[in-house]
Amino acid sequence: MDSALIPKGVKRCPLPIFILGIVIIGIVLLWGVYAMILCWLKGLNQTNMNDYYGFALWIWADLAIIALGGGAFFTGLLRYIFGLDELKNIINYAVLIGFICYSSALLILAIDVGQPLRSWFIFWHANVHSMLTEVAFCLSCYFSVLAIEYIPLVLENRQIDKIPFFHHLGHNMHKVMAVFAATGAFLSCFHQGSLGGVAGVLYGRPFAYREGLLVWPWTFFLFTWSAAACGPCFTILITKITEFITGKKLVKDNVIDLLAKISGWMLGSYIIAKIIDTIYWATVTAPSLGFNLMDFYKDNSFYGIWILIVEIAVCGILPAVILLVPKFRQNKLLLYTAIILASIGVCLNRWVMVLQVMAAPVMSFDTWALYIPSWQEIATTILPVAYGIILIMISFRYLPIFPQEKELNSIE
Amino acid sequence: MKKEHNHMKNKKFGMCIDLDKCTGCGSCMVACMSENNVPFREDETDKRKSITWITVYKITNNRPFPDTEVCYMPRPCMHCEGHDGHSPCVSVCPATATDYDMATGIVSQIYTRCFGCRYCMGACPYHARYFNWWDPVWPAEMEKYLSPDVSPRMRGVVEKCNFCYSRYQRALDKAYCEGRSDIEEDEYQTACTQGCPAGAITFGDLNNKSHAVYKLKKSPNAFRLLERLGTNPKVYYLSSKEWVRKAGDNYIKGENPKNIKKSHH
Amino acid sequence: MLPFSFEWVWDAGHIVFMGGLWYSLSILGMGMTYCVIKTIIDINSNDQTENDHH
Repeated sequence: MDSALIPKGVKRCPLPIFILGIVIIGIVLLWGVYAMILCWLKGLNQTNMNDYYGFALWIWADLAIIALGGGAFFTGLLRYIFGLDELKNIINYAVLIGFICYSSALLILAIDVGQPLRSWFIFWHANVHSMLTEVAFCLSCYFSVLAIEYIPLVLENRQIDKIPFFHHLGHNMHKVMAVFAATGAFLSCFHQGSLGGVAGVLYGRPFAYREGLLVWPWTFFLFTWSAAACGPCFTILITKITEFITGKKLVKDNVIDLLAKISGWMLGSYIIAKIIDTIYWATVTAPSLGFNLMDFYKDNSFYGIWILIVEIAVCGILPAVILLVPKFRQNKLLLYTAIILASIGVCLNRWVMVLQVMAAPVMSFDTWALYIPSWQEIATTILPVAYGIILIMISFRYLPIFPQEKELNSIE
Repeated sequence: MKKEHNHMKNKKFGMCIDLDKCTGCGSCMVACMSENNVPFREDETDKRKSITWITVYKITNNRPFPDTEVCYMPRPCMHCEGHDGHSPCVSVCPATATDYDMATGIVSQIYTRCFGCRYCMGACPYHARYFNWWDPVWPAEMEKYLSPDVSPRMRGVVEKCNFCYSRYQRALDKAYCEGRSDIEEDEYQTACTQGCPAGAITFGDLNNKSHAVYKLKKSPNAFRLLERLGTNPKVYYLSSKEWVRKAGDNYIKGENPKNIKKSHH
Repeated sequence: MLPFSFEWVWDAGHIVFMGGLWYSLSILGMGMTYCVIKTIIDINSNDQTENDHH
């Protein structure tokens, strides 16, 4: 029925099945929208946040999806600036995933603020010394970059492409894409970094506080680095999930292998930097403020030292080794393990840098504060996932996202 | 802001709270709530959602009976100066909704500017900042008791102790009308200071040698909360008990508080 | 954001930060403007060549 919209030379599932899929995910989406409207109309009392937990699940979700969406800027940087041409076969999908991640982050932020109608104050009355200002500026600018990178893909739809204006526009945008990608990489480095800075500058919170270079704490650099390392892993992960669901091979192994190898180098170097940072913080910074490392991991029922071990060893060193050794990363099972662990690792790091910062007591007579999100918070966090799946479904069906699909899946 | 006040010496309002005198009665909290139109709800069981600009903490020496000792510690906003006014909360606010006033040393909160991101709450190690999770609603008959000088806050913004800034403004207005350029120590006192039945709280200009706080802050029993972090607070505590003074900061095992260098201002 | 808001100060922080912002926005804006103008020119020149053929 919608065959005129489907790219030439590829096969898609029958329309009713597609619509059924959209409806099922749509129900989850509506649940999230309902929770979102509750939060907007009734206020943040709908959440389980409190005065100890000003930052909670939502901020974590923001930081995590932005790190995972980092695949877009890093793959773009490699493809357009460093000229790794093979990556053109996955860049479209990386851009789409990035677009979803960033639009989701902006949506969650719009729910998270107490006075959403005043959100523009962050731009208009900007305090240039605040890391959050830097986040807001770079995030929204980079979101426009992603939109600019996504538009040519939409214009490639068979029917849209027939219109001369859109055909030429898409073509012209492709030609100057390197300029946009470079701007995007510049913006990304800063907002990924400033998200790290959000926690790192809190000198009243010894668990988060880090020294650094000029105005940037070490977490600034670590966040950019980890996003560049783990973002591509998430791109590979979503590609593999898409291949599994559609039952088709969409990207050639050499492309995945190249991206996995680069991720491995990034992750390996990141984890070394992270270990050095952790050692310096645990032995110099924290003790100078009156804290032992173990003070941050005791007297509560959740945040034990296990979380540090899982983050660094299980979700850092292990996937880095797998991705760095050709024999390991060419083994499918090991590759999947590595990309899943790396994605979990970066999420865990963001969790620790938001939630544990809030949970750990600072005053000597204060106590740990643990929190369990309300259903409204969970629903609004799942909302972007549902939205992402729907956008991927629509984009995959109607846009030529994977240049190698035709070649890998010939239709008789 | 700095330039405007160059002609007169900057003030640095601060507080000294004598913990030996504090009985933990909570009058300071009540006085503060009524002075500053602090909203409350019918059910205030969840203390982490209650707004109390000044909170009385109960701390103990963690020793078993009969050596157990208890101390009550009122905690207003510390009005941290940090390094050159770089307080933990002021520097992080993305919308410039909170400000360190160099002329008074008071950390202000601009309610109509705040858009409720709560970054400042995360930055404050004292939990002195509160979010309006609900719309402020007072029982109808209570609205007449609201202070006309203090604007009530709306849902979704952060608020905190401002050292009863409205009282400072009133005192300045009065002085101006009487042709004076400055105010006396007793003309500007916070509600908690006046509400304390034990006289445990002393308020004044920490820069002014004639003010009581100037002498009190130099007492050997004086300490501030979390000085090691470099927050440079303007609320001093006095206690004759060593364990109380030690509870003001964190120390790693074997560390002697006396050997720790802290910045004094 | 603009020098008209009252908290604006002409200091290094504002110049570097806002400089970076306006620089990025200009590139994006100019890039998109270029693409749109180039597209309009392309379409017109295509029409021209088509007309020439007739």
